Formats: sequence, C-alpha cells, structure tokens
Amino acid sequence: MVKIFRHLGVDVDYVENQTCCGQPAFNSGYRNEVVPAAERFIELFRDKEYVIAPSGSCVSFVKGYYKELAIKEELKPALNELTGKIYEFTEFLVDVMGLASLGGEFNGRVTYHDSCHLLRELGIKEQPRTLIKSIKGIEFVEMKDSDTCCGFGGTFSYKFENVSVAMVSEKCFNIESTGAQLCIGADSSCLMNIEGYLRKNKMKAKTMHIAELLALSLKL
Amino acid sequence: MNTTPLNTKEYIKAALADKNLRAAVGKATGSTADSRNAVIGQIPYWEDLRSRVHLIKKDAIENLDKYLIQFEENCKRNNINVHWASDAEEARNIILDIAQKSNSKKIVKSKSLTTEEINLNNFFADKNIEVLETDLGEYIVQLNKQIPSHLIIPAMHLSRKDIGKLFAEKLGVEYTEDPAELLSIARRILREKFLNADIGISGANFAFASSGSFCVVENEANAHLTISLPRIHIAVMGIEKLIPDKKYLPYFLKLLPPSATGQKSSTYVNFVGGVSRGRYGEGPEEVHIVLLDNGRTKILKDPKLRETLYCIRCGACLNACPVYKNIGGHSYGWVYMGPIGAALIPQYLGESEGKYSPFLSSLCGACADVCPVKIDLPGHLLELRNRVVESGNTPGYERGAFKIYSMIISRPRLYRFLSRFPAVMQKLMPAGKPFPVPGYKEEREFARFDEKGFGKRYKEFINNK
Repeated sequence: MVKIFRHLGVDVDYVENQTCCGQPAFNSGYRNEVVPAAERFIELFRDKEYVIAPSGSCVSFVKGYYKELAIKEELKPALNELTGKIYEFTEFLVDVMGLASLGGEFNGRVTYHDSCHLLRELGIKEQPRTLIKSIKGIEFVEMKDSDTCCGFGGTFSYKFENVSVAMVSEKCFNIESTGAQLCIGADSSCLMNIEGYLRKNKMKAKTMHIAELLALSLKL
Repeated sequence: MNTTPLNTKEYIKAALADKNLRAAVGKATGSTADSRNAVIGQIPYWEDLRSRVHLIKKDAIENLDKYLIQFEENCKRNNINVHWASDAEEARNIILDIAQKSNSKKIVKSKSLTTEEINLNNFFADKNIEVLETDLGEYIVQLNKQIPSHLIIPAMHLSRKDIGKLFAEKLGVEYTEDPAELLSIARRILREKFLNADIGISGANFAFASSGSFCVVENEANAHLTISLPRIHIAVMGIEKLIPDKKYLPYFLKLLPPSATGQKSSTYVNFVGGVSRGRYGEGPEEVHIVLLDNGRTKILKDPKLRETLYCIRCGACLNACPVYKNIGGHSYGWVYMGPIGAALIPQYLGESEGKYSPFLSSLCGACADVCPVKIDLPGHLLELRNRVVESGNTPGYERGAFKIYSMIISRPRLYRFLSRFPAVMQKLMPAGKPFPVPGYKEEREFARFDEKGFGKRYKEFINNK
C-alpha cells in the first residue's frame, strides 16, 4: 500500500505508535477493554488529512462502532471528524482519488472474495473489482457465492472451530472451482483463514491482498 | 425432547457429522433463498417496503400498551375471549382449563412457534388429551418426537428418505419416498382428525388493534381447517404480533411470503374476527386468544434490544446464514434458531443459559441484508455478547486474556516489543510448519508470521529511498 501510494505521488505517513483498533475485544463482548485503545487511536490520527487502512474490517469498526464506546466526551468531535476521513484502501483509490486503473500488468487467472464488513458495512463491492479488472493480462473469474462469509469471524473461528472450518472449506471449494491461481481479497483476516485451509489441504490456489497484486502488477 | 442452548456445542458436533442433515439443510436453504431473490428482484420498491414496515413495527412496539388495551376491548365486542398469560406455564394452564371445561379430548393444531415456545405438546402428553400437529412439516417432526428445526420449514433437517422411513415405522404404511404419496398418507390421516377435533389451536401472524381480529397466513389449508372445523378455536400469540390496524396488513403480506418461502403470495390468509357457527356448521362458536408475554415486556423495556420484537418469524435470516446452513436448527438448542434465535435465546432464557448463543455467528451480516423488517441482527448480537460478558458468563481465562490484550494495545512500545514474539516462535518451529494456534490445527493452519513485521519493513523501505 505504501509503495502504491508513493508511486501515485501520495505523501504517506505511517504512525509508528499505532496498535490494534480493538475490534477483537469488542466483537467478543468486551467493550470496556477497547476504550483506552480507541481513545489513543482518535488522538493519534486526529490531525491527519486521510486515514487509510488495507482492511475493511478495521475501517468499518472505527467508522461504525467507536461511537458505541464510552469514550471521553472531549474526544467525540474528533471521532466524528475521523469517521469522515477514514477509508479502506480500494475505496480511497477509486472513490476519492477517482482512479479506475493503475496501469499495471499481470498474467494469470484470479478470483475475488468479498469480505463481509467490507461489503455489507462499507458497501465496497465494485471498487476492488474495477482495480483488478483494469490490470493488463489478468483473467478475472467470479467464484460462486463470493459474498458468503469465509467463516473467520475473529474469535468465532476459535469458539466454534468446526463450524468455521465447514464454512472455509466451502469457500475454498468455490475458489478451486474457478481454476484461479490467486484468490484476491481486501481484508487480511479472511485471507489468512482461507490461506490456512488451502495450504493444509494442499489446494492449488493461493491468497493475495489486493495491494500486493497491484504492487506486483506495477513491478513495485 | 428437551434440549438446551447450553449443549449447543454437542448438537453442532452431531449436526456437522450428519451428512444427510447437512445435505438436506444446505439444499433447502439454498433453494428457498434463490426463490426469495428471484421474487424480490421483481419488486422494485422492496427497500421502501422494508423501511415502511420497520416504522409500522416501531410504532406498534413502542405503543404496545395502548394497542393491547384497544385490541382487548375490540375483541370483547367481537365475542373473542382474551386471556393474558405472563409466562409459559400460565398460558398452558389457560389452554388446559378451556379444554377441561369444555370436556374436550381431541385437539388439532396448525403451525405455531409460540405454542412450541410454551412447550404445549409435551404438556398435554399426560393429560389424556390428544394434541395433533396438522402442518405437514410439524406433523413429521411431532411423529419424530422432535421440535422444528426451521421457523418456516419445520422438517428441513429430514430428507425424503428419512420421512419415508418415519412414516413406515410410525404409521405402519408401506415405505415410499415419493412426496406426493407421503403427502396423501398424511392428508388421509389428518382429514379424519380435523373432523373429529373438539378444539383447534393456531398461532396468529398478525393481530389488529383497531378491529379486534387476527389472521393466520399459510399454504396448506390446515390452518383453515383448524380454525373453521372444531367447535372451539384458541389462538396463541406473542403480544409483539399486534399491529395498529388492518390497513397495514398488505405491506406485511407483500414482504412475508417472499422472505419466508420465496413465493409472491401465500396460498391462504385466514381472518378470525369473532364467533360464527354458519348454517353448514362452519366456523367456531367459541374463540379464545391467549396473549403471551413470557419475557416480551422485559425486552420492550430495553431500548437497545427492543427491535428484536419486530420479528415476523419469516425465517429469511436462517436461509441466508452460512452458520445455520451448516449446522441446522436443532444445534441452537431452542425453538428459535438461526441469527434471530441467537438473539432471542439469551433474552428469553437468560444470559446464563444463553451464554453461547450470541456467539454462534461470524457477524457476516447476511441476515440483516435479508430481514424484511430491517432488524439490525449483527448489532443486537454484539450487544448481547456484551451482556453475556457483563453478567459474568464468560470463562475466567477469556476475561483475563482480554484484560491483557487491552493493556497491550494501549501501550505501543509493549505492543511493538511483543509483536516480535510470533516471528520468534515461528523460527523455533521445524521448517515449513506453522505455529500452533487454538482453532487452527486439524483442518487448517494459521498464517506464517512475518519475521520483521510491518513497522521494521516500513523503516527499511523509507531509509532505502
């Protein structure tokens, strides 16, 4: 993502003191445990022009759920501002920067997995597809049920491991059926889950984050 | 059969191992969801309809006290007896009392989740009164001594073969797996039962405050016969099913069938607005409606969870849910299942008995997309997860782990220091082997940890430029 932004002439600043947005605790029911991290997050990013993350899940959490936390009153205006300037990577490229293609080249057949929060909470469906399809030489194939959950769901994958595995096995079967060598996604947690199943079961496809694919296609 | 959501993990294990069940549920949810999508594709104002109905339910629920009183007054005017049941036991006793006073021995029932909620069939088992389900799916699960595994398709977990075997065993008929033949066997038995029943019990999909009447939506005409043939009719209804006026019904009737079964409209909508013993002996001469609270007013008082009372029990969230598709309805351990069940269980049974239920979701949000009354299901599951935590119903190690996590993520230096560890551990593993992480051992691996981590890589990258 950094390479791509620099390639596009965007000034990138990586805030070294950032940690985790806190979603794992919140989604497991531990709300109070997220508050200190959320307050730090707001403080750290409040003066930035845009905040971009290569993960739909983290963005949708900060954007949609920080407001439900018992954070300090004085930080609320900053949070309000933050929710208006935080974007997921592909959303920023396509909707804010107005790009439909980065002009790269990649030879191979790929498919795309719609991550749940990216798709349903942020409404990002076409942006990543636009960017993928614009790559010269790429063959894009839709998989069956691309918008069905891969089964990760954070601590769900541990609490109900067997259900989670049943879900990811179906996802991987659908990926394999496309004959794609790569399953592209815009959320690392889903890709991690999918990759883990593909590898363990010696399936042909690999996973790749869309930022990696774009960087690769641009030879960055 | 008595089940509890506390045993949900055992039920899931059994369900996942049952290939027959998974095939049956996968196929049925898939085809119902496909038909739903096809039908709503032809309704351009679908989203407007959802928003409108959401508002109608909001008004109905937020002014329920007023509407209930209005409903009772109008029912009285129509000679419908209104009974208030604060809990399941009270509801059961009201029904038993009506049966005993009228010296009734035979009851036919049309599909009603509310009567499942109050466990009515088991209650009558030792009262020398026969209670028979007449919805085909319900009849099948009753024969199989089970509860429904789906809100709309009670026997979804069974295949044609299963049903054929069940009929042969329980009804002494010759084995067949032909749906038409199975149906005609059930019909032959049920017709006889309808004609001889003393009481008909139904649920109610919608009741109307301004007219003191209610309706039952169905496809098989069994509700029609249940309501019109026996001398006495009893409807059991959760108080949240009341809507202000009949004039809103068309909106609901537009939303319910596509969401429930993928039909444009249901085959029958039966209206009950009073007693009527017509000249051919049709229509009940005594009508009762049991208004069930059983925890609903508690939910009503809770502004954060109140929306779960908007549910019209269509089952669309079940068909859309990738978790439900894999484990079926019995895995949830109670009469309500799927995403809405996961949200209702801890509210009706308490956070202790329902401590696993709100976690039985990957929070993918597919349920909220299809909910015809726009209930924010993932939002409610999140709220309920928090309630389970706050009420002390999560294990000590988990609470400890999240305390530590909280400490780490608010201390960046500690965070950076500790984030080196996975990579170190990775190095200690034999070449090519992943580091063991709970939940990622048997059938999938955990990701390989990066040796450097992003922070270090970023610094190197910037310094090289």
